[in-house]
Amino acid sequence: MMPFTLVFLTFLVAPLFYAAYLSSYQSALVGGTKFVLFDNYFKALTDPEFLEGVGFVLRFSVILIPLQMGLSLVIALLLDQITTKFSKVARLMIFLPYAIPLVIGALMWGFLYSKNFGPMGELFGLIGAIPPELLSRELIFFGLLNVVTWQWAGYYMIIIYAALQGIDPTLYEAARIDGASNLQIMLRIKVPLVTPALVLILIFALIGTLQFFNEPQILRPLAGGAIDASFTPNIYGYQQAFLLGNFNYGATISFVLGAVVFVLVYTFIFATRRRGGFML
Amino acid sequence: MTRTSDTETRRNPRRPKQVFAHVFLGAMIVYFLIPVWWIVVASSKDATGLFGGGSSLWFSENPNYIENLEALFTRDGGIYLRWLGNSTLYALSGGVGATILSILAGYGFAKFAFWGRRLSFSLLLGAVMVPSTALVIPTFILLSNMGLTNTIWAVILPTLLNPFGVYLMYVYAKDAVPDDLLDAAKIDGAGEFRTFIQVALPLLRPAVVTILLLSFVATWNNYFLPLAMLSDPNLYPVTVGIGQWQGLASGQNSGAASLWGSIIIGSLVSIIPLAISFLALQRYWQGGLTLGGIK
Repeated sequence: MMPFTLVFLTFLVAPLFYAAYLSSYQSALVGGTKFVLFDNYFKALTDPEFLEGVGFVLRFSVILIPLQMGLSLVIALLLDQITTKFSKVARLMIFLPYAIPLVIGALMWGFLYSKNFGPMGELFGLIGAIPPELLSRELIFFGLLNVVTWQWAGYYMIIIYAALQGIDPTLYEAARIDGASNLQIMLRIKVPLVTPALVLILIFALIGTLQFFNEPQILRPLAGGAIDASFTPNIYGYQQAFLLGNFNYGATISFVLGAVVFVLVYTFIFATRRRGGFML
Repeated sequence: MTRTSDTETRRNPRRPKQVFAHVFLGAMIVYFLIPVWWIVVASSKDATGLFGGGSSLWFSENPNYIENLEALFTRDGGIYLRWLGNSTLYALSGGVGATILSILAGYGFAKFAFWGRRLSFSLLLGAVMVPSTALVIPTFILLSNMGLTNTIWAVILPTLLNPFGVYLMYVYAKDAVPDDLLDAAKIDGAGEFRTFIQVALPLLRPAVVTILLLSFVATWNNYFLPLAMLSDPNLYPVTVGIGQWQGLASGQNSGAASLWGSIIIGSLVSIIPLAISFLALQRYWQGGLTLGGIK
């Protein structure tokens, strides 16, 4: 207990308070560091670049999360349905991207998208079409959507699949005797019973997407100007702190981002508490 | 004979759906494997094969794996091997450390009544929801004041914090270790510590393996934290190292061909250790990953 408390205090509580402390100061070349209380927050909350990044991750979450949850749920249900050797192989193959570092995953897709290396030209050439430029400003949203879905759907699928395997099979027998079809069993029995797993996944996906950093950061050099320095809040914070040396403002962005995630997730948990029953 | 026809008739009505399921899953396998396939194929090529000529989805006529590997492991004085070593060090120490802390804290929450338990538990639940990257910049400044940035500690120490691991362990320990058993051990004269090691710990094994695996993978894959903390290329983990190479290669228009080759085969090599351990350990993790999901 004690060692964890120590680490907890040092690397969670202390950074949070420190971020709060830092964010109330401003340092300038002339005049040194001065106490400004909430100025940095006003600056962040009215900073179009920061808000743009927040807008992006929110839009991205709204599209991404249903997509990847739907996909992993469908795959898990199908895998649960068939019992051949094929299902075992499929399970492992679909899970494989989880074992691949995010950075490498993003890089591989970046290569696949790129005109220099990738097979896109070749494949679309076969049907005489022009390949979409998934690294362009217009389509980067979908390019990233694909990378993240690919990376995580397998992991989510395993969680749902294992929850499905935990359901008592006599329930299906009973339903079948009552004349339920396979589809009805899926929708009326299986899906409701794995809801806690789905809620858990949704929370993870939400926390993960709002702090989007790795994939766009890796694709930046490949994507030309499509991903700018304020693409997501985390990239913006990193830019401010490490490239512009503006640590106070960087810390403010971290703090605001952390607070936004915390409030959203907590609200969500509170709202689904009665149904999902995640935690407590 | 009767038996086969029996299963046959029972199966028949479900046939169409089975076919659909197989086709759909087959397509999914292709989708999930495409990038891996591409990287295996691209690694076989030399610089000219990479940039032009030949299909990008099929192997080069004379596979160049050995030469490419040689180039990878000798580039910049063999720094790639160092990166692999660093990744292993960070993942092992961070993973093992985080797991030990999670076991102690989770078990503590589940089995001991202490002052402030409720408060600290709700703090813990709150901590699960704090995005880890939001802590990177403040942690960097804290560690920099202590002169610890750009050392291995800057990467290892923050990864020891794993609130979700504690939560998992708490959920598991609450049900898997009966209080009666602990009381019995104490009546038999075992101390608190011995009870924990000999009675509780073996029961907790599935959760331990899962947390170990999850935190190992998380550290191996970590990018933002080491990117922020480290400036000495000798300390980079593979992820940051390859990321830097990629930035370098993208910045150059010509002359980067051999660097691209190293990036590609370097990516392939970096995937292999985790992929193999997942395949080898599947018996352990497949059940364990659900711990948080079902209660």
